[in-house]
Amino acid sequence: MSVIETASATGTTSVEPARRMSANGWAIVVIFLPPALLLFTVFVALPIAQAAWFGFFNWDGYGRPERFIGLKNYGYLLNNATFNRSLINNGLVIAVSLLVQQPVALAVALMVAGRVAGAAWFRMIFFLPYVLADVAAGLIWHFMFDGGYGLSSVVTDALGLPPYYLLADKTWAFSAILIVILWKYFGFYTMLYVAGLQGIDRSLLEAAEMDGASAFQRFRHITLPLLGPMIRLAIFFSVIGSLKLFDFIPPLTGGGPFETTNTMVSYLYYFGITRMRFGFSSAVGFVLFVICVTFAFGYRRLFMRDD
Amino acid sequence: MTETSIAIEGAAAAAHETSGRPPGALASVALLAALVVLAGIVLVPILATVVGGFKELGDLQSRPFSLPRVWVWKNYWDILTGSRYWQVLGNSLLIAVLTVALTLALSSMAAFAFAHLRFFGDRFLLSYIQLGLLFPLATAIPPLFIKVRDLGLLDTYWGVILPQVAFSLAMSVLLLRNAFKQLPSELLDAAMMDGCGYFRFFFYVTLPLSGPILSTVAIISFVESWNAYLLPLIVFNSESRYPWTLGLMAYQGQYSTQWQLVLAFITLTILPAILMFLMAQRYIVAGLTAGAVKA
Repeated sequence: MSVIETASATGTTSVEPARRMSANGWAIVVIFLPPALLLFTVFVALPIAQAAWFGFFNWDGYGRPERFIGLKNYGYLLNNATFNRSLINNGLVIAVSLLVQQPVALAVALMVAGRVAGAAWFRMIFFLPYVLADVAAGLIWHFMFDGGYGLSSVVTDALGLPPYYLLADKTWAFSAILIVILWKYFGFYTMLYVAGLQGIDRSLLEAAEMDGASAFQRFRHITLPLLGPMIRLAIFFSVIGSLKLFDFIPPLTGGGPFETTNTMVSYLYYFGITRMRFGFSSAVGFVLFVICVTFAFGYRRLFMRDD
Repeated sequence: MTETSIAIEGAAAAAHETSGRPPGALASVALLAALVVLAGIVLVPILATVVGGFKELGDLQSRPFSLPRVWVWKNYWDILTGSRYWQVLGNSLLIAVLTVALTLALSSMAAFAFAHLRFFGDRFLLSYIQLGLLFPLATAIPPLFIKVRDLGLLDTYWGVILPQVAFSLAMSVLLLRNAFKQLPSELLDAAMMDGCGYFRFFFYVTLPLSGPILSTVAIISFVESWNAYLLPLIVFNSESRYPWTLGLMAYQGQYSTQWQLVLAFITLTILPAILMFLMAQRYIVAGLTAGAVKA
């Protein structure tokens, strides 16, 4: 690159090779870029644009969308209790991820980043659930929560209570999903924080210690600020991950009982795709798209400017 | 630090671990105990699943967390000798390998062009692809289904592979472009002086020097593809093409009253991921976290 720039800027050194390179460069642009751009356009950009468009129609997916209904799909969503419940559920996932998961992950990272015995083993164990697919983790916990088997039955047996089916309890079933999310993902964020902690210059902490700073002061005024970029990053991924949550729902509850455990994406799937309501489900997808993009832009602008 | 010495806030006992000094004996015992409990919470469900697959149903029901009264090998044996298990793993492997290969090829080429060439609209095209970072595949599922159907790709491997590659491009192009740009520019200058064109530079210099970042991208897209559920769910109809995530759900649907069989099937389907993780732990952790950090 710099060769071309200097050559064309000075114009004296060697015009001839610069020309040749530039033709060569154009060949790269013309051959290397189109495959990626084409695939991205066909399977990412176009579908999103279509989601916005299809959302104005009542369409079963056959032929072309023709029954234009304006904003009716969105109006329906606004007043639909199940959709509103799924919005709340996504909000709950975000809240638990930020208020429980991130602090736990940070605390655990502080514990295993030091010289505690077996630190490497603990790190490996905590990361392990992250490599399991959500559906597998969901089924494992379905077993754990099954009133006749698993953890649930051990607890009720010990207390002499009848079997309790948490996943069938419409008040508490979603908390089961939150538990599984915590279980599966805290280790990933722990490792992010461990990586962040390892990047902190030890001499800073040692100097502060020499100056008599307490452990908490060192954490509060050195470790935490230096981890700032990593924390902001973890929160970003955590929120986006919470918004797109789907894979846990089918193996754990299938959206039930009484449609209390849907997320936006599972709502889109159960009430849109499986019922061949493509206009309607596109509207749901577009709502999710708007939320994601608004969050991503807003968050980056507000919190990740300097990172 | 003196002006901050009055800071009185919540508990942060763990914080002193970041200092180089070993903590007191009592504190370190408490710390270890906390870690052991946490490790237990993480491992018990997995171990109960593995061991549960060796039990009879009644045994599982009365003592879910103890060792089997009788070790029933048949649960595992029947799955391993049947074709279903191998078929779903084979499907997943095929889809994942093709996804990784295509992702690496397309994103390294695009990233190379973005890293080394200035042309009209280059910034615009890069931002265009980066848009993919802002929203997940789930947002576009309904039109994606229509698109895959209209292209005649429903119930085919490509119907899953192509959208997966497309949605991984944003992240992988970004990671690779950043890495390619960091290669010393003297290399390119010298190569150009010697009459080496961009093509040869790409194949003989850029790619061989980018092993770590290429493997990061490969690991991320492999794991994503291996664990994918939503996209295969809407694309596949035939069980013969199901990847293991769909196969597992179908198996559970069929044997939902026989947890011991479901647990054995779960164990066997998560086994490849666990084995790979144990063997290449360092690379996998580094790869998956680097993807988040560098992007």
